[in-house]
Amino acid sequence: MIQFNETSLKKVAEIIARYPEGKQKSALLPVLHMAQVEFGGWLAVPVMDYVATLLQIEPIEVYEVASFYSMYNLKPVGKYLFEVCQTGPCMLNGSDNIIDYIKQKLNIGVGETTADGMFTLKTVECLGACGYAPMMQFGKTYREHLTKEKVDSIIEECRAKAN
Amino acid sequence: MGKKLLLEKVHIEGIRHYDVYRREGGYRSVEKALKMQPNDIVEEVKKSGLRGRGGAGFPTGMKWSFLAKPDGVPRYLVCNADESEPGTFKDRYLMEFIPHILIEGMIVASFALGSNTNYIYIRGEYDWVTDILENAIAEAKQNGWLGKNIQGSGFDLEMYVQRGAGAYICGEETALLESLEGKRGNPRIKPPFPAVKGLWGCPTVVNNVETLAAVVPIINEGGEAYAQIGVGKSTGTKLISACGNINKPGIYEIDMTISVEEFIYSDEYCGGIPNGKKLKACIPGGSSVPILPANLLLTTAKGEKRLMNYESLSDGGFATGSMMGSGGFIVLDEDQCIVRHTYSLARFYRHESCGQCSPCREGTGWMEKILLSIESGKGKMSDIDLLWDIQRKIEGNTICPLGDAAAWPVAASIRHFRDEFEWHVNNPEKCLTENFGLRHYADPIYVAGS
Repeated sequence: MIQFNETSLKKVAEIIARYPEGKQKSALLPVLHMAQVEFGGWLAVPVMDYVATLLQIEPIEVYEVASFYSMYNLKPVGKYLFEVCQTGPCMLNGSDNIIDYIKQKLNIGVGETTADGMFTLKTVECLGACGYAPMMQFGKTYREHLTKEKVDSIIEECRAKAN
Repeated sequence: MGKKLLLEKVHIEGIRHYDVYRREGGYRSVEKALKMQPNDIVEEVKKSGLRGRGGAGFPTGMKWSFLAKPDGVPRYLVCNADESEPGTFKDRYLMEFIPHILIEGMIVASFALGSNTNYIYIRGEYDWVTDILENAIAEAKQNGWLGKNIQGSGFDLEMYVQRGAGAYICGEETALLESLEGKRGNPRIKPPFPAVKGLWGCPTVVNNVETLAAVVPIINEGGEAYAQIGVGKSTGTKLISACGNINKPGIYEIDMTISVEEFIYSDEYCGGIPNGKKLKACIPGGSSVPILPANLLLTTAKGEKRLMNYESLSDGGFATGSMMGSGGFIVLDEDQCIVRHTYSLARFYRHESCGQCSPCREGTGWMEKILLSIESGKGKMSDIDLLWDIQRKIEGNTICPLGDAAAWPVAASIRHFRDEFEWHVNNPEKCLTENFGLRHYADPIYVAGS
């Protein structure tokens, strides 16, 4: 059964309390973020339905939001997600080479996951780190000034953590 | 070195935390403001000449004075921290390193506007910055600057951070409000403006991070003192986030009297272009504003030195000028391909179009495809005119300014670099391995102290 743990349920109640009464739908984006973290890195339909029940809104209201925002994954992703920025300023600093290198190193295309389910590569549009390009989102934070060597060490770091 | 108002103390160790921030004079503006009449605070901000730092440059004091105040209806102040304009990363810097200045500015603004609830809508990717802000808010609350009866004034204020989830369009204020209500970020038709009907239908002011932070020095030093910094209608200081092909990318606080040439070549700022390369072009105010070739960037069409301020950057209109925008300063050196760069931006706008208005939803996709085809050596001469035609039909024909933002970069690239587009069409194979490079664009060299 899909259900948040006690701590998360408390957090959801806390978020809902930030808005006026009856406006609990405002909690949708934050709660979807939580659901994605807690239920395997992506939003399956039953997960979205659960969020709808929790916030007392229609499932369609959740689907339309989940499909609008790029941070919500609507299909499974690997344990580690590399989201490499490819917009203008990053491109000027060689993001294309970084993307090509990751593809070659992990033997996957953009949007694909490695066979062992460890890594997914995504390209994203401007993440607001243009002065520290090329860069990628990696979990909660950014990895900036990327080089091939840095990419190697991030991959090793992930493999070490997984073992 | 120009005067710094926002970043003066950013390098002090521990300034991210309340104790150090307070010790360094933080929250003085709140103490002062709580003893003022709310309307006098609005007047002070009007006097300062502060203009919205998110991109549009609308006078902040005037925006505040438009806020409707019907009885018994809550009013909201929402901070727009959805920084997503390519080339712009200044708000992140403020929030990450000196978060209390934003909170302080928001308390003053809320007292002036009579708002008891604030939301900081931050882009979802700034996940760790959200934690920093939430910690800072908790510290401020523990010390009596938020919550009930702030510093015994009788004024109550709660402040919350809400994360977006990856949508450039949510930087548009009505899309932001939709998102904050838990919906897709589709901009609303205006009027009514948020000042009358905003968050949950209540009167709302939406201000950028840097704008709200600037309220702190305005209240501390007075609006007139703030207005004396800068030139003309470009008062105070502006944060510029510099990136692209420069030696020292980063955030610079400028007083808007320096020249563009000094900003690029001086060691105090960007430190020139790496590897001795020449300057080809620059987008001075975030990816939406027109790109300028080196000659027009450094000198206006009238032959005057171009300065880093609202008036000078837009001198000549779109024919020969650009805009200050959000202060996202993107420099391109001689090795960069304008067609490829424009394609990358067109892809960005296609990705970020919310899909509500046909000209933007369809047009951005067409522009991306045509640009890719020219960039891949498959373009026809008529494609260049077709691109021009499409961007013209998007501009001004959409609910929100994303349409304009998508049209302008394409228009400016063709306007100033048409020969480079034609070269791609005439050299379909060569353009795959070689760059058009630098042809007839001037390359002034900055001499220190000139």
